[in-house]
Parts: sequence; C-alpha cells; structure tokens
Amino acid sequence: MNLFQHIGRETIGKVAAIGRAGLMLFGALASLPKLKNVYLTVRQIYVVGVQSLLIIVVSGLFIGMVMALQGYTILVDYGAEGSLGPMVALSLLRELGPVVTALLFAGRAGSALTAEIGLMKATEQLSSLEMMAVDPLRRVVAPRFWAGMISMPALAVIFSAVGILGGHLVGVDWLGVDAGSYWSLMQSTVEWEKDVINGVIKSLVFALVVTWIAIFKGYDSIPTSEGISKATTETVVFSSLAVLGLDFVLTALMFGIE
Amino acid sequence: MTFRRGDRVIYDNVSIEVPKGKITAVMGPSGIGKTTLLRLIGGQLLPDSGDILFDNTSVVSMSRGELYAARRRMSMLFQSGALFTDMTVGDNVAFPLKEHTRLSDDIIDTIVALKLQAVGLRGAVNMMPSELSGGMARRAALARSIALDPDLIMYDEPFAGQDPISMGVLVKLIRELNDALDVTSIVVTHDVTEVLTIADYIYILADKRIIGKGTPDDIRNSDSALVQQFLNGEADGPVPFHYPAPPLKDSLLGEGS
Amino acid sequence: MNKYKTELMVGVFIVLTIGAILLLALKVANQTMTNAGDTYNLYAKFDNIGGLKVRSAVKVGGVTIGRVADIHLDKDDYTPVVTLSISTAYEGFPDTSSVSILTSGLLGEQYVGFQPGFSFDGVEELKDGDYLQDTKSALVLEDLIGQFLFNRGGKDE
Repeated sequence: MNLFQHIGRETIGKVAAIGRAGLMLFGALASLPKLKNVYLTVRQIYVVGVQSLLIIVVSGLFIGMVMALQGYTILVDYGAEGSLGPMVALSLLRELGPVVTALLFAGRAGSALTAEIGLMKATEQLSSLEMMAVDPLRRVVAPRFWAGMISMPALAVIFSAVGILGGHLVGVDWLGVDAGSYWSLMQSTVEWEKDVINGVIKSLVFALVVTWIAIFKGYDSIPTSEGISKATTETVVFSSLAVLGLDFVLTALMFGIE
Repeated sequence: MTFRRGDRVIYDNVSIEVPKGKITAVMGPSGIGKTTLLRLIGGQLLPDSGDILFDNTSVVSMSRGELYAARRRMSMLFQSGALFTDMTVGDNVAFPLKEHTRLSDDIIDTIVALKLQAVGLRGAVNMMPSELSGGMARRAALARSIALDPDLIMYDEPFAGQDPISMGVLVKLIRELNDALDVTSIVVTHDVTEVLTIADYIYILADKRIIGKGTPDDIRNSDSALVQQFLNGEADGPVPFHYPAPPLKDSLLGEGS
Repeated sequence: MNKYKTELMVGVFIVLTIGAILLLALKVANQTMTNAGDTYNLYAKFDNIGGLKVRSAVKVGGVTIGRVADIHLDKDDYTPVVTLSISTAYEGFPDTSSVSILTSGLLGEQYVGFQPGFSFDGVEELKDGDYLQDTKSALVLEDLIGQFLFNRGGKDE
C-alpha cells in the first residue's frame, strides 16, 4: 500500500513540475520582448554562447580528426577512402554536431544557468525583482532562454564545420586522401535540406529542451546549497537523457522512413 | 487573515493595522513567519482567507497589472540585501529607475548619488556587491529600495547579524528616512532593544496570533507572560523551548507508538 | 561590466557562425551548383532503375551535366520514368543519344551515364520535355548471377 502511495505521489509531483515548467516558459515568452531586454539577451549569448565556443571548437576539431582516422582505416580496406569526406560530413551534420554540442552545452552552459538562477533565488534576488515590480520571468528567464535558443544551433553549425576541417586535416593532409575527392564526393552526397537543415532543426529542438530544463531546474530549485547542487546535477542528467532520447525520435522521423 | 503553508497554519485570524507615516515593528520568535507576512503584503503569496489592504485597495484581488503598479509604491529590504551580484552598487541603485522611469542617464546618476549619499555609501558607487561588508550591502540595498521614493518600505530583519556599529547606523537610517521621506515603514525583527527605540507601534506575534500590541511603552509594561518572555529573552516559558514532539522517553525507549 | 568587450565577442561569435554556415553551404553541400543556372528536362524510360535515386548525377564521360530530378512510375505501362534535369550549358545533344544506369566502382553509387549520339543531317536536337529512346537498364547483380548459372547449366548438358 505504501509503495503505491509513494509511486502515486511521485507521479503527481512530476506532472505538477511539468505543469510549473510549462507555466514558467509561457510566462517568460508570452509577452513580446522589450527593446531594452535585447541587450540582456546579447549579454546572455556572450555567457552561454561565446564562453562555450572554446570547448565546442576543440571538441569538434578532435572528433573530426578521430573520425577521419577511424574511417580511413576501415574504408581503405575496400579501396573506398575517397568516401571519407561524405562519411565525416554526414556523421557530423546529422548526428554528432547537434548531439555532442547539446551534451557539451548542457554540461558547460546548462549547469551554469541552473546554478546562477538557483543562487539568485537563494539570495532573494528574484523576490527582490518581483517586489520592484519587475517580472523575473521576463527579466531573468526570457533573455537566458532566447540566448540558449540562438547559441546552440550556432554552436552546432560551428562544431560540424570545424569537425569537417579537422577531418580534412587528418584525412587529406596527413593520410593522403585526395583533396578533390574529399570535397567533391562530400558535395555530391550532402544535401542542404536533408542533412544541413535537419541538423539545425535537431539542434533547435535540443536547445529548447536543454535550456528549458536548465532554467526551470534553477527556478524551481530549493534555495539551499544542497538544493542548488542537486538541481545542477539534475540539469545535466535530465537534459543529456532527453537529448539522446529525442535524438532517436528525430532521427527516425527525419531519416528513418524514406 | 489566515495563511497556511502545507498543513502548517502560519497565521490564524491575525489582523494587523499599519498606520501611515509611522514605523510599525512586527516582532516574534524565529520561524514564526515574519518574512511570510511581508510577502503577503507584497502580494507574492496569497492568504487562504481574509484580505490585505494597501492604501484601501485589496492586494489579494488585484489583477497582475494593478499589483505591479502597487509594488512600485512599496519596496522591501531583504535580509541578505539581495543586491544583484553582476552589477556595481551604483547600477543596483539605478536599476529600479531604469526599469520604471524614462529619465536620462544624467538625472539617474544624480539620483543614485543622492540616494547613496543618504546611506553614506557614495564612495562605493563603483564597487561590486561582493566587495561590500554585510552592513554596507544592506545599506546599499536600502539605497536601492528608496530609489523610487516609495510610500511603504518593508524591512526584513534589518539588524540580523550586524555588529553594534552598523546596527546603530541602520537604526538611525530607518528613523531618519521615515521622517525625511514621510514613508510608512514596517520593520520585521526580533531585536528587542533596537525596535523599542525606533518603533512607533509594535506587534508581537507568536503561536499563530498576536500576543501583544501597542506603543513601546505599552509593550514594556505589558503583563502578558508571553510578551515578557520575549522581551527578556527567557529560554523557556509560554513559548516552549521544544518543537512539538513525542516525549523523549518514548522516542528513546521505542514505545512511542 | 565591460559592455564593449561583450558586444565585440558576440560579434565574433556571429561572424564565426555565418562563416560556418557558408562553409557548409558552399563547400560541403555545394548549394550553388544545384541552384545556379537554368536547366531543361529530358525524360527516359527504363525497365529497371536499380539503386538510382533522386539527385543522382547525370554524366557524360565522367563530367556531371545534370542530376536526376524525379523518378516515378508510368501509369500506363508500369515502367519507371526518370526525369533528368540537365544544365542549359550543355544543350543540343542529338536525338540519337542514349542513357544507361551505371555504377561507380564496385560499391559506389549509381548514376546516369549519357552517351551523345552521332549527329548527322536529319537528326533533331533534344529539347526540353523530349523522351530519350535508347535506354539501358541498371545491371542487377542477382539477374547476372542467375544468367551465369543458367548458361553454365546449359553447357553441361
């Protein structure tokens, strides 16, 4: 009996949390952003986007290089090392770019967002905004949300581009794949709508999920040091799981059925 | 007015009247929900029953827009100060002005300087909140809360954790601001001596209701055992030392149930 | 807070993003090739198109002159009809030209090989909307193996 009560209470609590998350997002986005809030968004793009740039570029470069190395050793057995370009480009654009960016973003920017908003709550900054007749949803949540939505697809595109250049570095400059076939086979295989645009759509969905989870976990955290640390951990865990799960669904929708 | 948090009743039919232009102090033991009272006044929380009137308008039944308009006329000094840690002291004080007025930057700078001068922190205008001591942070926050010249200032534990000097400074500031700006002040605290010197009117809350009210003299001369326990700081008395729990003997011997 | 530095870095971020998009568009997906220039359509009926896909290349002696724009089944005789979208830079192929479906390498993708026919008096040029008469279907590996086994069986008897 106790077990069922427990499960029931947990489930109701989770559903209520989803409801609160929805209301929070609605409250933040229901109104048109004011002009002076644009600068706040620009500053948040700096915090979540620009400051994640280094980790994204370095990861993209190395992942591209590793894929070229791995792909070359497999493809060369079939004499198909010319297909290295399409292999690297397609894996990056369709999967690794959006997914790895989202995972890194959750760890780098998502956790910081949660901790920042949680601490703002703990130090009564959110309450004090409210008492100053400034809506914290519009002032604090909305700029961070938009910054995440703008930054993540941009980071994913940069990640893929750097990865492809990294693949070129190893495949062409080091292992001696023909540069012409690296680019031209890539060009004849990669399709703008199917591969590039779908990758960007994926990364927009991930941006929504990761930013939403991160902001909500901070906003809904228990304002103690323990509560904030728990919220930060949950942000990384939940958003990583959500990204991987959604990636499967989106891949099935985009590429699975022809 | 009745308010519950979860199953715990915080206030049971409490009625408080705050006279205009005076300092009203609300005292009570820790954990009695004094901060909750201020949030109820500010409309951040809603009572389960009863009403809260601000200048004869009900905060409870206000629409969102009305509530935000009313909040521009009140301000709250939080226990921690709640300065925005990513801005300088000057920007903190300027924040409500920039949000709610269309004044030019020059005028805002002047107002900020005046408000900081009032709390004696004009020299700290370019410091970050993390560089301030606790007392200075609270004074900076006070400057921010008077930036819009509110009608009502609520102080949440302004004296908690302050050394005697900054405590004296704050007492002086609260009194002076109240007289100079003709605002209504509500001070929530449990520091008895300070309150008795500055308050015009005092409420003492305990056990979900008001146990004493009146001018400082009325309170000092009260014959209520509760009030006297609170004023003299006795450990046990009508406000029990123990949080309600089954008898210790039962818990230890495992015969509680 | 250093407002100028923030703006500068966000600017750099945006420039980098645009650069990455341009790289993906021009160098990786080769967006300009497919959109640039006018094309005209030719049609070809095959018995079997094998693994040919939309956007497969159309080549003359290895030079890409266009792409497969559409593949559908003719409603009357149930044979696949392939729409070839050829760049207007390559116009005036003779009516006698033939197309076949070829495979690049053993495991490579399939493309349409276009052989321009001989041009002499009385032979018209291919225009937009024309059908190519001479088509050769894709080689299907299973059919080849089947034929090979059948021939062997015939010899032994």
